[in-house]
Amino acid sequence: MKSALIVFPGSNRDRDMIKAITQISGIEPYLIWHKQTSLPDVDIIIIPGGFSYGDYLRSGAIAARSPIMKAVKKAAQDGVKILGVCNGFQILTEAGLLPGVLMRNKSLKFICKNVKLEIANANTDFTKGYKNEQIINCPVAHHDGNFFTDEKTLSQIEENNQVAFRYANGTNPNGSLNDIAGIFNKEKNVLGMMPHPENLIEKAHGGTDGRALFECLFGVKS
Amino acid sequence: MSIPNEPQIDAKMIADHGLSPEEYQKILDIMGREPSYTELGVFSAMWNEHCSYKSSKIWLKTLPTTGECVIMGPGENAGVVDIGDGQAVIFKMESHNHPSYIEPYQGAATGVGGILRDVFTMGARPIAAMNALRFGDPKHKKTRHLVSGVVSGVGGYGNCFGVPTIGGEVEFDARYNGNILVNAFAAGLADTDKIFYSEAKGVGLPVVYLGAKTGRDGVGGATMASAEFGDDIEEKRPTVQVGDPFTEKRLMEATLELMQTGAVIAIQDMGAAGLTCSAVEMGAKGNLGIELNLDDVPVREEGMTPYEMMLSESQERMLMVLHPEKEEKARAVFEKWELDFATVGKTTDDLRFRLIWQGTEVGNMPIKQLGDEAPEYDRPWVKTKPPAPLDSSTIPDADIADALLKLIASPALCSRKWVWEQYDTLIGSNSITTPGSDAGVIRVDGHESKALAFSSDVTPRYVEADPFEGGKQAVAECWRNITCSGALPLAATDNLNFGNPEKPEIMGQLVGAIKGIGEACRALNFPIVSGNVSLYNETNGIGILPTPTIAGVGLLGDWQQAANIAFKEKDEVILLVGAPKNWGSHLGQSIYLRDILGRIEGTPPPVDLSHEKNTGDFIRSLINQNIATAVHDCSDGGLGIALAEMCMAGKIGANISESKTNPISAFFGEDQGRYIITVKQSEYGKLKSIAEKALIQVNRIGTTGGDSLKLGQARSISIKELKSAHEGWFPDYMKEEL
Repeated sequence: MKSALIVFPGSNRDRDMIKAITQISGIEPYLIWHKQTSLPDVDIIIIPGGFSYGDYLRSGAIAARSPIMKAVKKAAQDGVKILGVCNGFQILTEAGLLPGVLMRNKSLKFICKNVKLEIANANTDFTKGYKNEQIINCPVAHHDGNFFTDEKTLSQIEENNQVAFRYANGTNPNGSLNDIAGIFNKEKNVLGMMPHPENLIEKAHGGTDGRALFECLFGVKS
Repeated sequence: MSIPNEPQIDAKMIADHGLSPEEYQKILDIMGREPSYTELGVFSAMWNEHCSYKSSKIWLKTLPTTGECVIMGPGENAGVVDIGDGQAVIFKMESHNHPSYIEPYQGAATGVGGILRDVFTMGARPIAAMNALRFGDPKHKKTRHLVSGVVSGVGGYGNCFGVPTIGGEVEFDARYNGNILVNAFAAGLADTDKIFYSEAKGVGLPVVYLGAKTGRDGVGGATMASAEFGDDIEEKRPTVQVGDPFTEKRLMEATLELMQTGAVIAIQDMGAAGLTCSAVEMGAKGNLGIELNLDDVPVREEGMTPYEMMLSESQERMLMVLHPEKEEKARAVFEKWELDFATVGKTTDDLRFRLIWQGTEVGNMPIKQLGDEAPEYDRPWVKTKPPAPLDSSTIPDADIADALLKLIASPALCSRKWVWEQYDTLIGSNSITTPGSDAGVIRVDGHESKALAFSSDVTPRYVEADPFEGGKQAVAECWRNITCSGALPLAATDNLNFGNPEKPEIMGQLVGAIKGIGEACRALNFPIVSGNVSLYNETNGIGILPTPTIAGVGLLGDWQQAANIAFKEKDEVILLVGAPKNWGSHLGQSIYLRDILGRIEGTPPPVDLSHEKNTGDFIRSLINQNIATAVHDCSDGGLGIALAEMCMAGKIGANISESKTNPISAFFGEDQGRYIITVKQSEYGKLKSIAEKALIQVNRIGTTGGDSLKLGQARSISIKELKSAHEGWFPDYMKEEL
């Protein structure tokens, strides 16, 4: 499977993501500078973590209006799979590709630690490597991960099985509604998540719980 | 030469620039005339303590700075150390004390920014950061605010820039009430054949300004950092710079991209004293003059004078000498990253530093003298009088378990998790050991197994009691912590924080500490390759504890062998290595004495450097042979604290036998050169014979297992209770934050 990774000024987990994708799928992603207006023919688009535009204005707000995002929105409509992690998730909500917003953490502080995630919907191209209700480890590292939306949207998200991951065992680090750590769009071809599966894919990371996400997304077996 | 529209120089102005009448006379002698206001500013920027090292240079020269692995020692932006396979680690530590006290968030943030810039200026991508923070008494009204601001500032900058913060120190002491310390460390990785230096080469070549625009922030910052604080401190806020990590990140990417084009001849970041210091250093090192056209300097404020432009400490700026034929290519790189790119001058062959503004020459100084002829002082000093040894008969009996619980929950020894969880410790995907162990360990990109270990250490109360022994101890502890990871310590950087060097007793502390550091570095083959001196850390005449922070780097052949402090399995043998037969005896200047008995007394524990070397080499060989399963050194708080930390990290308890002598000194003494290790029962015999051959004292002190820690006859304490005591203090204290 071919993938494109969007690089914004201020992206900083792009290198982690490139390593993870290359290591797991064997193919390096195309690196797409945010000023480009078209995408190569790919199956997967990745928006990595970081502080695009320094998180100025609101995290993800300026990047969501970068030239490349028109092409990303078109690709989303065409059913291309899109994964946004951390700042990528923030950008996807700002771009309107995912519902809700990511507010400042409840503690008002940046937080980097390991949390537990429960798989809330394992019937998607992103999560079928896991089982429903399975608990996995995953690190978080963010300042603005507090998922919020209005009640109506929240109940729609829940009814449509759009929740991908929930913080489990009391490890919600940021005050997210319904312990939401990651959500899909209605069509389940766009996933945004605050935790960093790319930082937990090999022994050196102290675990490999993040691997299955990339393995099923890229169609490779472990 | 007459310069229009400039204020007249008088005695007050000279003093306000931190120059003594003798120093001003020297300027007159060098110039052969009265300097202009701008020139006075340039001289003061170059000759202040922060930039010129005028009080410390004579002693810094005595430090060992060379070694088999040293590619570049002090004098460049950072030290360069060979780690084999054509790779080098480039690192330095630098203080940002004064700005952080005045404006904690920005002060700390720009401290991190400055040190990162030092590293990538040399062509290295930063791979690890640490910070050594020292605050006043937790009860002091400003402390909570300063902790909150500094930690947010360190995290805010490093996290956004994208470097893992993998170690550091946080300490509280009333002696930092009026003058906190923020020492920031960064290390980067580069290929040995692609390292960039600041020496300009070639006449008539473009001098190019890159990065952010110049504003009025930080004007005179380096001079401020070279003076004591008084009650007028609020007035100094405008001298603190404002950081923008987003610009720094782009500046790094652009700089590294530019370096790949082959366009860069020389490069220097604009740190302390900004444009002045960077231009003078590039020219003076290359035996060239520099001419700057100040009208071409990108500015973000209107009506900036030459004086302000030359002394601004606006962040995220670089100066380079470029190959003229590649100038356009270079411009394209910087425009891609939306950064300023301006040719602001050229190199010349006349060894003058010339400043042109609005068609007029507003400065014309001999460039070599600005740097090389900065004053250098052999300041008078008196040797610190060593305190009387502690009379151990004055130590009352106590409940060991109660003392352990009290100490593990104290501001000095409690968990720093509240701090490090605000730092991104994982970015880069190479973090093997994150904060909470002895050393942070980072895997080396581009190599299948290598890793680097980092630690930052000093025990200021030891240095205060005996600067020489304290200096030795700082080096030894850093070396020991790196050893605990299994890495071979390669080299170190020193960040010497002291009070006013014009006081002979303070100068005596500096001299004693440097002598101790030098002796330990030589004995442990651990050269100092970069560093920074921060003097005048005093407020209203009260000096800080002398704090020579040592940050070191070690090399581990295989990251899979990296050891850490966590107990791994039950029923493993716990051994105390390198300790006397009675396990521990030295309570002078210990945390126990200070925080349980409220006494600051005695001599600090002496460091026997040959014992230190032999024991450390032995420990490292055990790790490299996969014999030791957990490793921790005994430092602040002694054996008892170290054991508790190992239990909590591994969530496995331990049963420790009764000590042969006084349990207080056995469990809380701070004797140096001691390590705790665990080995499998089946490996114990093998270990004993290796130890006998190596003539290393090994005491079998207990066994792992269960869910509580029992120290000899003391009641056992559950790990749960230990952990809640250990992790409680910091968040509880900070909750009251305003």
